[in-house]
Amino acid sequence: MLDLILSKYNYWISILLMMIGLYGMIAKNNLIKKIIGMNIFQVSVFLFYISMGKVRDGTAPIHWDRALIYDNPIPHVLILTAIVVSISTTAVALALIIRIYKNFQSIEEDQILKVLAREENKTDS
Amino acid sequence: MIDIFLLMFLVIFSIYSIHTEDLLSSVIVLSAFSFVMTIVWTRLNAVDVAFTEAAVGAGVSTIIFLSALSRTKRGEEKRVTKKINIYNLFAALIVIFTGSVLVYGTIDMPAFGDIEAPAYNVLAPRFIIGSMAELGIKNFVTSILASYRGYDTLGETTVIFTAGVSVVALLRRKGGT
Amino acid sequence: MIIEYITKKMIPFIQIYALYVITHGDLGPGGGFQGGVIFGTSIILYIVVFGMERGKRLFPLKIIDFFGSLGVLIYSTVGILCLLWGGHYLEYTKLPFRNPHLAAHLGILLVEVGVAITVFAVMVVFIFDMARKKDA
Repeated sequence: MLDLILSKYNYWISILLMMIGLYGMIAKNNLIKKIIGMNIFQVSVFLFYISMGKVRDGTAPIHWDRALIYDNPIPHVLILTAIVVSISTTAVALALIIRIYKNFQSIEEDQILKVLAREENKTDS
Repeated sequence: MIDIFLLMFLVIFSIYSIHTEDLLSSVIVLSAFSFVMTIVWTRLNAVDVAFTEAAVGAGVSTIIFLSALSRTKRGEEKRVTKKINIYNLFAALIVIFTGSVLVYGTIDMPAFGDIEAPAYNVLAPRFIIGSMAELGIKNFVTSILASYRGYDTLGETTVIFTAGVSVVALLRRKGGT
Repeated sequence: MIIEYITKKMIPFIQIYALYVITHGDLGPGGGFQGGVIFGTSIILYIVVFGMERGKRLFPLKIIDFFGSLGVLIYSTVGILCLLWGGHYLEYTKLPFRNPHLAAHLGILLVEVGVAITVFAVMVVFIFDMARKKDA
């Protein structure tokens, strides 16, 4: 049992972080809170990938004459790409939130939905 | 041992960042979260990723969050109706279900740091040997990023360019202000 | 006053460090993204300390927009040059230099510069367009 925990704890903590981020995305009412939850979710996925690339006694993937084993460089490359994509999505999402705040004077989800429902009733009647 | 300690810090920071009602302190704690993440990645020997996280996650991302906060509101509004509590409970149930399914999935994964793992045995040796022999590049991450997976990086550059274009389209007014 | 003085002295060092990171991406940690972000950070520091108006006078929006597309253009042009010299798209070793290793070095350097220019311009655009316009 202890063996299982010691060999998997990195994965489990990244799953725990993912759960926290997912809870923030679903349950929080504030739009910026949702984006913060999305950031934590993304970072947990990065942690999962980098943990898969680690090799016991490996050194950093940069050429060195005395190195015996290198860590797996492919997850590092994928995550490097993913970090830049994550900053792009965050920026676009925040720009959308700024526009929403300009139109509705609110960044709370339920208030925005209320205003939208009222407008829909107005156009129906 | 220090690894488990740092990972516990990550969990505490993320819970605080989700839980607190002041959005400004939430963003600052998210920045601290990124710094701890940088240390974790240095411990995992992912130096390039740690560098990027220190520059992007802890630096620019915080500034973008702060500039968005400066044009919206700082506080999160509190709600104490009963219906919402059921909604939160439902969300927690979904999250716990997803988490337990994922934990079940990790049970037959290769152990942490296992050199026999399939992810390490197919492409990685080919890139590690080829990077010095074919290209003469010392940093394997750069050689894979720019050469072996060059299309990927071209797409990524286009993604960030598109993000810039969409921010301009959403927020810039006439006259360039 | 003190902050402005220190900022003026610090910005050149940050920029030189950014250029070092961009050009040494194939020898150690670093590369186009990191260098581009650090270069953008030096300008963001200038905007934070001296205000948006002076920042816009120093870096007009038209030039920043131009840089944003220039980086992607450099990247894809390097790919097409490789096609012209008989390789695949982005196969740097076919570029006409003394030996394939030198060609790979220079090709990757050019690509990194392209990435860095785009990332730098987009980071500055984010700040210019998202931060509050007037100090109130």
